[in-house]
Amino acid sequence: MSDFITYLVSGIALGCTFALVGSGFVVIHRVTRVVNFAQGTFAVFGGFISYSLLDGILPQGLAQLVTVVACGLIGLVVGFVAIGKPGTDPLIALIVTLGVSIFCAAVFITVWGQDPVSPPGLRGSVSILGADVQRQRLLVVVATLLTFLALSLFFSRTYVGKGLTACASNPRAAALVGINVRRMGFMAFAVGGALGGLAGALISPSVALSFSSDLPFALSGFAAAVFGGLTSPGRTLLGGIVLGVTGQLVAGYLDGSYQTEVALLMMLAIMVVRSSTFVTEEAK
Amino acid sequence: MLTVDDVVVRYGSATALDRVSLHADAGEMVALIGPNGAGKSTLVNAISGLVPIESGSIVTGGRVAQVPEGRQMFADMSVVDNLVLGAWRSGDRDPSRIFDLLPALRDFANRKAGTLSGGQQQMVAVGRALMADPQILVIDELSLGLAPLIVADLAEHLRTINQEHGTTVVLIEQEVGLALELCSRAYVLEAGRITVSGTTEELADSPAVRAAYFGGLDVGKDVQL
Repeated sequence: MSDFITYLVSGIALGCTFALVGSGFVVIHRVTRVVNFAQGTFAVFGGFISYSLLDGILPQGLAQLVTVVACGLIGLVVGFVAIGKPGTDPLIALIVTLGVSIFCAAVFITVWGQDPVSPPGLRGSVSILGADVQRQRLLVVVATLLTFLALSLFFSRTYVGKGLTACASNPRAAALVGINVRRMGFMAFAVGGALGGLAGALISPSVALSFSSDLPFALSGFAAAVFGGLTSPGRTLLGGIVLGVTGQLVAGYLDGSYQTEVALLMMLAIMVVRSSTFVTEEAK
Repeated sequence: MLTVDDVVVRYGSATALDRVSLHADAGEMVALIGPNGAGKSTLVNAISGLVPIESGSIVTGGRVAQVPEGRQMFADMSVVDNLVLGAWRSGDRDPSRIFDLLPALRDFANRKAGTLSGGQQQMVAVGRALMADPQILVIDELSLGLAPLIVADLAEHLRTINQEHGTTVVLIEQEVGLALELCSRAYVLEAGRITVSGTTEELADSPAVRAAYFGGLDVGKDVQL
């Protein structure tokens, strides 16, 4: 029983990071129609930057905050590269983001080397139903839930958030009322970068990250985003948690090397099942 | 208030607007009529700055707001949010002045715009455009897909907005009768060119315009009134 609780909580925590990465996919796709395959790269940046900052430069908390801001700026730069040229086709932008992620892998090796890194996190553990659960994993869950709440309030209550939602809802009408849709696209990339960076900063104390960790993050995050139809942050959170828990149960009771395959299979299944829904949503 | 002078717009090799000129004085209601594909929406979008012009000039004496063809709602957002977003450029986000002008909007203020009827959506679109506090209101197909009673109601609101606020109105309309009834002057746009212009009384008496009611204007001949 205690093993199950351990797998469950660590799965929820891991799933929360997938959801954060996935919500970055959602925010960017809703506004720009671009599937940003550099989304996993933001998470790796988050892990590496927080690792460097926590190496005697900044204290816990502030280091993660600076990391999130830095990743937001990185997201902004990626946005400029991907959609900076007016009229860039979303498919071309997708290829550009793939290229950016490959380039960034070289940056990771140059700056941080090839060995996995794991910054210090919250120490100690708490007992839940007889299972020892790391405090860091609980922090991941709480921080993710607070982030999703903040995202929801941002999009529904703030004027800029409503502007972003308007761009997602009807880009032509948004342009008509004077919203600079392209600039909003850059902002979406910045938000996506911050979300990815937060995911990396939160999970890296529990799961060491390397230059090649972007792919599993991108795949799992995209699977979570697909679960949410690439439109709903709430369903993306649910999808991420389902994915994380399933992966941890598979790793715990079967074999850890199957985790990525599980993500891929789930994504495939969801896309097949939801394909008719996508068509309907696109038709709207 | 609005002067369009010798404007040319091309999409690739196709000429959408060919040396189009028109003007609207402050507080005037001007109609632009013509068949499908004549270039009316292109002209509207050029005036709104959404379509680049190749040559000529468009001079506006104030802020332009557009009520687009097909209403173009933010379907998943509430009516209030649709209105508030209309103030993106003007800065005054209080929709109460629009509710005073179009009281029916209050009844469905919190409903999602996508769930409204065509007439209600058109009213939201007009209200959203007015949130920008425009000096020039460009309306692309007010009557499209709407029942005559609803169109009459919207037209009455439009007349009030024009008379009480002095807003210049450029009405793009396929329903020629409505356009001529509402406006003081009109232009006929055919195949990207202004072929007829004059007061609405003159156009109503024009054989060419009357012919257009029953099957199309002779595009090749410019008509002088």
